[in-house]
Amino acid sequence: MNFEPVIGLEVHAQLLTDTKIFCDCSTKFGAEPNSHTCPVCLGMPGVLPVLNKKVVDFLLKMAMATNCKINRESSFARKNYFYPDLPKGYQISQYAEPPVEHGWIDIETEGGKKRIGITRIHMEEDAGKLIHDENSPASYVDLNRTGVPLIEIVGDPDLRSAEEAAAYLRRIHEILVYLEICDGNMEEGSFRCDANISLRPVGQKEFGTRTELKNMNSFRNVQRALEYEIKRQQYLLESGGVVVQETRLWDDAAGVTKSMRSKEEAHDYRYFPEPDLVPIVVDDEWQDEIRRAMPELPLEKRERFSSEYQLSAYDAGVLTQSRALADYFEEVARLSGQPKAAANWVMGDILRFLNDEKKTVGECPVSPANLAAMIRLIQEGTISGKMAKDISEAMYKTGGTPEEIIKEKGLVQITDGDALAATLSAILAKNPGQVAQYQSGKEKLFGFFVGQAMKATGGKANPQMLNDLLKKMLAKH
Amino acid sequence: MELNQLTIHELKEKLRSGATTAEEITASSFARIEAVEKDVHAYITLMKETAFAEAKRADEAIKKGEGGLLAGIPIALKDIACTKGTLTTCGSRMLSNFVPPYDAAVIEKLREAGAVFTGKTNMDEFAMGSSTETSFYGTSRNPWDLERIPGGSSGGSAAAVAADECIAAIGSDTGGSIRQPAALCGIVGMKPTYGRVSRYGLIAFASSLDQIGPFTKDVEDCALMMNVLSGYDRRDSTSADQEVPDYRQFLGKGIAGWKVGIPKEYFVGGLDPEVEEAVRGAIKTIEEAGAQCVEVSLPHTEYCLAVYYIVAPAEASSNLARYDGVKYGFRFPEGRDLLDMYKKTRSAGFGNEVKRRIMIGTYALSSGYYDAYYKKASQVRSLIKRDFDEAFKTCDALLTPTTPTPAFRIGEKTDDPMQMYLSDLFTISTNLAGIPGISVPCGYSASGLPIGVQFLAGHFQEGRLLQIASEYEKHAQIEKRRPNL
Repeated sequence: MNFEPVIGLEVHAQLLTDTKIFCDCSTKFGAEPNSHTCPVCLGMPGVLPVLNKKVVDFLLKMAMATNCKINRESSFARKNYFYPDLPKGYQISQYAEPPVEHGWIDIETEGGKKRIGITRIHMEEDAGKLIHDENSPASYVDLNRTGVPLIEIVGDPDLRSAEEAAAYLRRIHEILVYLEICDGNMEEGSFRCDANISLRPVGQKEFGTRTELKNMNSFRNVQRALEYEIKRQQYLLESGGVVVQETRLWDDAAGVTKSMRSKEEAHDYRYFPEPDLVPIVVDDEWQDEIRRAMPELPLEKRERFSSEYQLSAYDAGVLTQSRALADYFEEVARLSGQPKAAANWVMGDILRFLNDEKKTVGECPVSPANLAAMIRLIQEGTISGKMAKDISEAMYKTGGTPEEIIKEKGLVQITDGDALAATLSAILAKNPGQVAQYQSGKEKLFGFFVGQAMKATGGKANPQMLNDLLKKMLAKH
Repeated sequence: MELNQLTIHELKEKLRSGATTAEEITASSFARIEAVEKDVHAYITLMKETAFAEAKRADEAIKKGEGGLLAGIPIALKDIACTKGTLTTCGSRMLSNFVPPYDAAVIEKLREAGAVFTGKTNMDEFAMGSSTETSFYGTSRNPWDLERIPGGSSGGSAAAVAADECIAAIGSDTGGSIRQPAALCGIVGMKPTYGRVSRYGLIAFASSLDQIGPFTKDVEDCALMMNVLSGYDRRDSTSADQEVPDYRQFLGKGIAGWKVGIPKEYFVGGLDPEVEEAVRGAIKTIEEAGAQCVEVSLPHTEYCLAVYYIVAPAEASSNLARYDGVKYGFRFPEGRDLLDMYKKTRSAGFGNEVKRRIMIGTYALSSGYYDAYYKKASQVRSLIKRDFDEAFKTCDALLTPTTPTPAFRIGEKTDDPMQMYLSDLFTISTNLAGIPGISVPCGYSASGLPIGVQFLAGHFQEGRLLQIASEYEKHAQIEKRRPNL
């Protein structure tokens, strides 16, 4: 029997606000344990949460980027469970009345564009972290992360393969990072993903029994875990077994998913409306304010780059892989007035230098102004393309301007006709035999003279000028 | 008359004229505490040392013509409001070692007003109870009859004011915990509109019902205290960003032409005949003062108790989850593993009434029962609110008994939770609706126990309540008795 996977992803994204969702503590990563805490995020008796409006701003941005319906009113709920990293004994989340729902994004699949539904997006607070000391029977609690704002993006079960799931996840990641509301760092846990997956016979409408996969901390992990789980469930179903509804953990080292807990042990979170917070009302004015501040999204940018700069779809894709890179390119294009050349230089040398050193475009020592200046120098004929290669490398190393590097290396093209003519005369005089052969029809020797001239000028001769002059002089002889 | 027997406004006058000092008033209150506290047991923690320092500061300020609204006035604090640097137990073993690093918003306001804190008063554990008998620190006693309860959960605060162990006190009211003990102890107690007073730093029992309010010796003092306590606080999202009037301006304005509703559902079975008689007397007094009393109906009254005992425990079960022995408060010294530590800590740290309510609340919120209990209760709660909205369309205020009976004997109802819960029969609806209510003394039983009458008004109509309460107080001329201690 042919089976078809049905996959839905739940993504948790940590928001890049300066302060926590319900208090004024810093959200900065990597501080001394418990240094970013206060009575509110520690859940001390009597203290109360106050919603950070910035979190709603960020949520609204994501909602608009994913075509979601924004509900005018939504509310918070308490999700109750005991754990030492949860100081209040409940997590403030959103449950019955989501602020944002019914959206979609498009992904590229082998079969073309596919639309994936977004069920809902809601806000919640993060929990803390337990630190287990292997040499002692004690465990320690770090509550710096407690109250750090998260959004949970719940996708519809529209994905039909591990590849589609990975593509969807990349798109979500790209949008979050583009909106500058999440740093997207999977290793530090600021972008996390759980997957619900079931199999059903092709053509069947009802979903099969699903499992939930957790602990996948890279795009590759997500794809591998889903591939494994599809095979596991398929084997079970084909061999007459049943899939048990449970939570499974991805074991990266072993390359398998393992049972974590079954449904019977599942929590009863006893959700109920959070009485300490009033409903969130997002009026038109608030929405308009966010809409005005919305940046161009990667997909729109790609289309604009293709039409505005006549770039290929591939080039537009590369240049929009991050907002910073796109901005960098656009700045070079604007300052140089030559988008095509700008695209080639950014995608060629600049990205290669950065990739070699695993740096981001934000850390690029070559400023857009310097790169643009270099492109203009090529256009003006001051330097050759070959010289430019050396100059760009030097600019990357020193951060200097092209003019500084040209001066330092003495790299200006010889565009002085008299000087060039004198050099050529000397070469022709030194090689009378070759001149005769050329003039008798052996035109291949033209390259020989060019080579000699370049050698004599240290490669600085303007090639166009050299060619023209040489042709004229050989004709005269 | 001793200084500690006077009201805030009388003492303010004496302080202003230089007839006395804050130190003398404070000394007078502490002398009384030393004399009667062993019998009354109103306090869990006394703050004598800091009190005299505060009194000294108040005297200096007064001398310079400065000092806040309560400069030099000894105030007792229910042990449910967090006080920076002072033990705050909420009447529970669970917090028997908890010293908050912050002040509740009301404590800040009182400090700013120059109040002198006498101490933290006894209360039912986590404010769950109607008699102060569930306190981990033992029960407080009614100053009018030491064999009887002072009411609850703010019984310690009410007893401290009634016994003149302070001039006024702070309580919290989730289902009647200010008004019921005020009535049983023969003093004035007000529960403000939900959102009128910041809950920041008030240890939560049921967040959607809790409200802080004053206990005072008369209505004028109540207005004064309300001036200090009220106001918006950005740290409490449910606090109302609404202007606070000077509540004193409502005193003595008269109620001629007012229409006062008498909810018929409050005068049915279970009402003690002596209480009924006293409250009927109050109705007559209000009419003599120029108001017209009319019968009104609050048809969903019969569901109030049931709704309350779903909503309050549900919220409490969640609010009390933080007491897990991990970060602060009591932790059971031994535990095999995490779950065992949780179980032992919560088993030993909480008393029976708290455990009972946690279990009720946990059950009511459980999946499969949520719709039948919590959700249904929330829906009925809306109907209860609507009853009041309807009533206040035609009435300026409502008048009801505060409690079904005068103070009962210690131990009388401890084995019968339902009987205990019934003592909040007339106060609970106010909290469910979020409206303000005040209890004012309206007489004595044959055996000399105080009886209270309750006035209710619409949201943020505390001014109206003070207006009618002060008018009642003036016309009723209830005989001024003092408990024989």
